[in-house]
Amino acid sequence: MNVIETDKLTKCFGTFTAVDHISFTVGEGEIFGFLGANGAGKTTAMRMLCGLSTPTSGTGKVAGFDIYKETEQIKRHIGYMSQKFSLYGDLKVWENIRLYGGIYGLSEKQLKAKTDELLRVLDLENERNTLVDALPLGWKQKLAFSVAIIHEPRIVFLDEPTGGVDPVTRRQFWELIYQAAERGITVFVTTHYMDEAEYCNRVSIMVDGKIEALDSPSALKSSFKAGNMNEVFHALARGARRVDN
Amino acid sequence: MRDSLAAFVRKEFLHIFRDRRTMMILLLMPIVLIILFGYAITTEIKRVPVAILDQSRDEVTQKMISHFVASEYFELYKMIDSEEEGQALFRQGKIRMALIVESGKLKGENEIQLLVDATDPNEATQLSAYATQIAVESGKVKVESENANSNAKPLSPFTFHLSPDQGIAPVIKLLYNPQLRGAYNFVPGVMGLILILICAMMTSVGIVKEKEIGTMEVLLVSPMKPVYIILAKATPYLLLSLVNIATILSLSYFLLDVPINGSLLLLVGVSVLYALVALCLGLLISTIADTQQAAMLISAVVLMLPVILLSGMVFPIENMPEILQVISNIVPAKWYIIAVKDIMIKGLGFGSVLQEIGVLALMVVVLVGLSVKRFKIRL
Repeated sequence: MNVIETDKLTKCFGTFTAVDHISFTVGEGEIFGFLGANGAGKTTAMRMLCGLSTPTSGTGKVAGFDIYKETEQIKRHIGYMSQKFSLYGDLKVWENIRLYGGIYGLSEKQLKAKTDELLRVLDLENERNTLVDALPLGWKQKLAFSVAIIHEPRIVFLDEPTGGVDPVTRRQFWELIYQAAERGITVFVTTHYMDEAEYCNRVSIMVDGKIEALDSPSALKSSFKAGNMNEVFHALARGARRVDN
Repeated sequence: MRDSLAAFVRKEFLHIFRDRRTMMILLLMPIVLIILFGYAITTEIKRVPVAILDQSRDEVTQKMISHFVASEYFELYKMIDSEEEGQALFRQGKIRMALIVESGKLKGENEIQLLVDATDPNEATQLSAYATQIAVESGKVKVESENANSNAKPLSPFTFHLSPDQGIAPVIKLLYNPQLRGAYNFVPGVMGLILILICAMMTSVGIVKEKEIGTMEVLLVSPMKPVYIILAKATPYLLLSLVNIATILSLSYFLLDVPINGSLLLLVGVSVLYALVALCLGLLISTIADTQQAAMLISAVVLMLPVILLSGMVFPIENMPEILQVISNIVPAKWYIIAVKDIMIKGLGFGSVLQEIGVLALMVVVLVGLSVKRFKIRL
């Protein structure tokens, strides 16, 4: 079953076409990598899927809801973690968990159970009352991810979640992503790191607002006769006209 | 939705409580301002040194001089023997006013000359007004004023005459603030300033901070409606500004003896309305500014300066060039300060401040419309 479906989805800002007729589907429980250089249109596409931005044309459904008319329902069924750090540094670990749980309408009982479970899984039980600012970056990011899926969404959107994190912590972070995918949560992730692209079930590569390639990493590598995803990416991105925002 | 709003309001309070320094500033600022304006930066005239030359020494002038010396505005520096001596004292900066009573040309009629150091024109005006008042109170006098500073010396005292008179006697009665207490003017001004500062500046900085650290994006993707995000942000600052109003009012009432003649409820109501205008301004600024520093700077320049300069708090609006008078109409603080003075000092009721309330309410509507429009465009 598909949790994301788009057909010729387009977004223009004036005469500039940021996203140009993209059509793709993402299945339930899939880890879908959304790749592209800066300015390729990744963020704009993601914002449309999250209900933050109205498309110029084309159609799309997220978690079975229309991205034009049913953005409120979409928001209830998705989680989101931004590339900027999305927790409150001046709140304690448990306060952050409760805040986001509260925003997604979890009951008092659910909140308590979720908080305990989350702290146990992340091995943060001793840090319950620590201000988030005082945590190392890797822990913050794991916590941010866990908080983004606290309401068990159908899909979680991750916008460059591992920027600035060392490889070991990145690996640990991906373990959390796998665990979420096993529970049936679809993961839609944008990244700059090509080694991370290899962890995805399927990846799409956007160039100048269009999706130029979409397949599993191994299929892409063989069709581009490349040794790794980095080479695939460069083979496609070389032709890009838009370089930066 | 109510639960998530509650969770969000709680979070906003935590932000404020955790930031001890800012909270201390917010709570102490009104106290410091009231004390500063009440005791240090005062425009009131007190114990100005005066030299007196009495050539007449009759009963009426003696009575007047004793009135002068007894008043808290003036202090006798020296009884002098000649006008030249007075001029010398002016030049040395020992005195700021000289009172010269000439001997009566006709029986029972004295001419009184007042020399005032007019280097500070506002003070000179006030001094001569006080002096005239005292002279009027001490006997039937006719006031004849005459500006004698055409030959502008570096120090140009302005002169006018008071002469006893059988006929017309002006009776001056100061309404609402008979002692000409400066506090009656600045307390409403400080309230106007504090509310703008806390509601507009803190709200705009608070919202922009969320944009900066990236949490705003996460909130916008959540089912939380933007209007709730804003409501939750505004609530703590609204409450904090109510605390500040209470602080200012009790300080001014108990410490500075400023009365609250009108309805306290109406006063608080108008203050809340003004706080809403300030919150909306903060919201609008947050849609323009991208960094906390920018938000702070815009708040300071666009909000605080007009409050200080154009609201009538420091400089009387009536004395401004016409163009500034017109501009002052869009400064919310102007209307708020008028309303607060009407309610607090004059003790007027709801009907008298209807215009001010109407203008402030209109501002809320316009600002809400503008910010909502801008907020949407940014998405």
